[in-house]
Amino acid sequence: MIDRRALFLHLAVLAALLAALPMLAAYHVTNIAKIMVLAVYAMGYNIAFGYTGLLSLGHAMFFAAGLYAAGMGISLFGLSAAGALVLGPVAGGLAATLVGLLALRTAGVAFMIVTLMFAQAGYLTILYFVKYTRGDEGIVIARAARAIGSVDLSADTPRYLLAFGIFALALLLNLALVRSPFGRIMVAMRENEARSRMLGYNPYTVKLTALAVSGVYAGAAGAAYAVVFGYVGASLASVQYSILPLLYVLLGGAGTVLGPFLGALLMFYLIDYASSATSAYLFIVGAALILLVLFAPKGILGTLRERHARWLP
Amino acid sequence: MTNKLITPTRRTVLTGMAAGGALLATGLTPRFAQAQSSEPIKLGFQLHRTGIGAAYGRWYERTATAALKVVNDAGGINGRPVEILFEDDGTDPARGAEVFGKLATQSNCDLVFGALFSHVVIGTAPRAAELKVPYLVCSEGHHVASGMLNRWTLQPGITDVKSQVQGMAPFVTQNLGKKVAMIFPDFAFGHDHRDYFSAAVAAQGGEVIAQIAIPPTETTFTRYFPQIPAETEVIYHVMVGPAVLTFVKELGEFYGTGARPQLFGFMDSLEAVDIASPGLEFLDGSHFWEAHPRYKQADASEAETFYRTAVGVDDNGAAANDPADVATYSHMFSTWETLFIIKAAMEASGYQGAADRQKFVEALEAMTDFAEGAEHPQGAKTFNGKTHQAFGIQSISKVEGGKLVRVHQTTLEDGQYPDEVDYTTQSF
Repeated sequence: MIDRRALFLHLAVLAALLAALPMLAAYHVTNIAKIMVLAVYAMGYNIAFGYTGLLSLGHAMFFAAGLYAAGMGISLFGLSAAGALVLGPVAGGLAATLVGLLALRTAGVAFMIVTLMFAQAGYLTILYFVKYTRGDEGIVIARAARAIGSVDLSADTPRYLLAFGIFALALLLNLALVRSPFGRIMVAMRENEARSRMLGYNPYTVKLTALAVSGVYAGAAGAAYAVVFGYVGASLASVQYSILPLLYVLLGGAGTVLGPFLGALLMFYLIDYASSATSAYLFIVGAALILLVLFAPKGILGTLRERHARWLP
Repeated sequence: MTNKLITPTRRTVLTGMAAGGALLATGLTPRFAQAQSSEPIKLGFQLHRTGIGAAYGRWYERTATAALKVVNDAGGINGRPVEILFEDDGTDPARGAEVFGKLATQSNCDLVFGALFSHVVIGTAPRAAELKVPYLVCSEGHHVASGMLNRWTLQPGITDVKSQVQGMAPFVTQNLGKKVAMIFPDFAFGHDHRDYFSAAVAAQGGEVIAQIAIPPTETTFTRYFPQIPAETEVIYHVMVGPAVLTFVKELGEFYGTGARPQLFGFMDSLEAVDIASPGLEFLDGSHFWEAHPRYKQADASEAETFYRTAVGVDDNGAAANDPADVATYSHMFSTWETLFIIKAAMEASGYQGAADRQKFVEALEAMTDFAEGAEHPQGAKTFNGKTHQAFGIQSISKVEGGKLVRVHQTTLEDGQYPDEVDYTTQSF
């Protein structure tokens, strides 16, 4: 049962994002579209990390699976943009399942390292098969291919609306998931795996399922990135893209549905404004994260939930 | 600002909405009005101020700033003063596209120029076409002339790698040897060299007898050197990044004091690195491609001297006020020359504002030659409006006593190849 306040809050955020479109300057239309796509990725990360307690450093591989499935599907096999958007989450889910089958034999720090190694292997694979992937330079998706029917997804408004549609779907499914019985089991795994096992739940299958769902989200975000922004490159599969969703989630609030979006939004604009002011912008980002860990270790919404709004999902 | 955002939602919800608040704080600003013709011309510069390209970025900024002063001292463009707005892209393609959007739509720049690294250019070019804003890159990648980009992306200030390699292959086969072993990084940049140089050497009657690809994560190279065939006459190396010093040092240790093949390298390996650094002694007597000789040559032109002084580089290719700060001399001229090409194209098209961006591109596409002089100190160039690519002369220099001395210069014809695209047939 979803708390009415929670449902209303999430719908209000979606309404605000939609209402903001005509008021935003062109620069911010593209930015918010990108933030929504990255937030889908971070939501997926949050399902694994925030709700199930799986600290992965390999999610770039799942994001890249969707990204390259879409990008290479379009550029090499003539796939449509709509087809690419469907293929992306399938590829992301498949990659996460395969990695999970092996990596979930480990836990904690070992899981973190194993997932990092898988992602690094994926990154190097992209560089190695340069004939197909164009390696570090990457692939430009032809503008003509970035369309669904007659709608040109490279234009500001359709781009924003597509990103919004994917984000809205992902957000509401995420909300439903974490309030469902399975969502409770995910949290139980995070809180006390031994007790959950004693109650009859198989940690391996629960974690594998959570990781697969997480991969579907990451793959969907990757495919959306390729179609909406027209570029597919190895830098998007680098370790930086495994760490980014972790930072978004930590900033916004691990284990909160809106936290990934809030984290992505704040981090994006923090970098945007700080990099205009100084070349040491990563120092500012680092300082902000240290302050966060010191004063709000559960992230912004996590702290808000703890102190003022216990109903926040 | 209007108040539409509030209308469809309840006030009670809005007050509790952190995400909406952040939106308001960050971006709900009205769209900008078009720049008036009396305002300065604003040029955006996509700068590698941080990230892997920072050494280049530092010099690109200095060079563009020096060129800007020359342009403004001479009356600006179309009688209007010119500004350059630098934005750091972190040498990252995703950030590059964002920065392009920021310069074009938030800072209202008339166009954007200055990017060097190929992945940043390729990641940004789609955004240029979306926004219909000219994007003049200083990258030397073949991506423009290959046809993979778009009508709004041009490279008028520097020769592409395919042309560079083709231009210098005859010197290698005629003067250094015909049996070549290539050592290159195993990613796109190295593969471009592998493919274009192998073809160019074959066309000259030579042969690439070994292609040794080094994985990008490699930090030591000794185990690859036994793959160099004994009959090798020339080693062609294009390693880049911090590993260059290790690579050269280990190659020196591998051959010791005995006979070794001739060495031919690409200056990209040693941009911003002092050729007299410890460990690089092994390079003495070897040859390098340079687009623009780092050390001031005995026959340096007046334009070259003027340019070198204006950008603050001494006769050894380092900052005039800091001999340890070595310039990226073989690349940075491209920002200088590109700015003067922007001036020429804006004046040819009667550029007044954003509405004339298409006319600007068409005017640039109509250009064919850039004469050597203060505006083009690297040398004369031809420009192919169909492929959006410039073709210039290249230098081959020999390391002698810790300095690079030019021993050969290619002609403009040496670097020509058949067109692979005609961007002028594409719509805007």
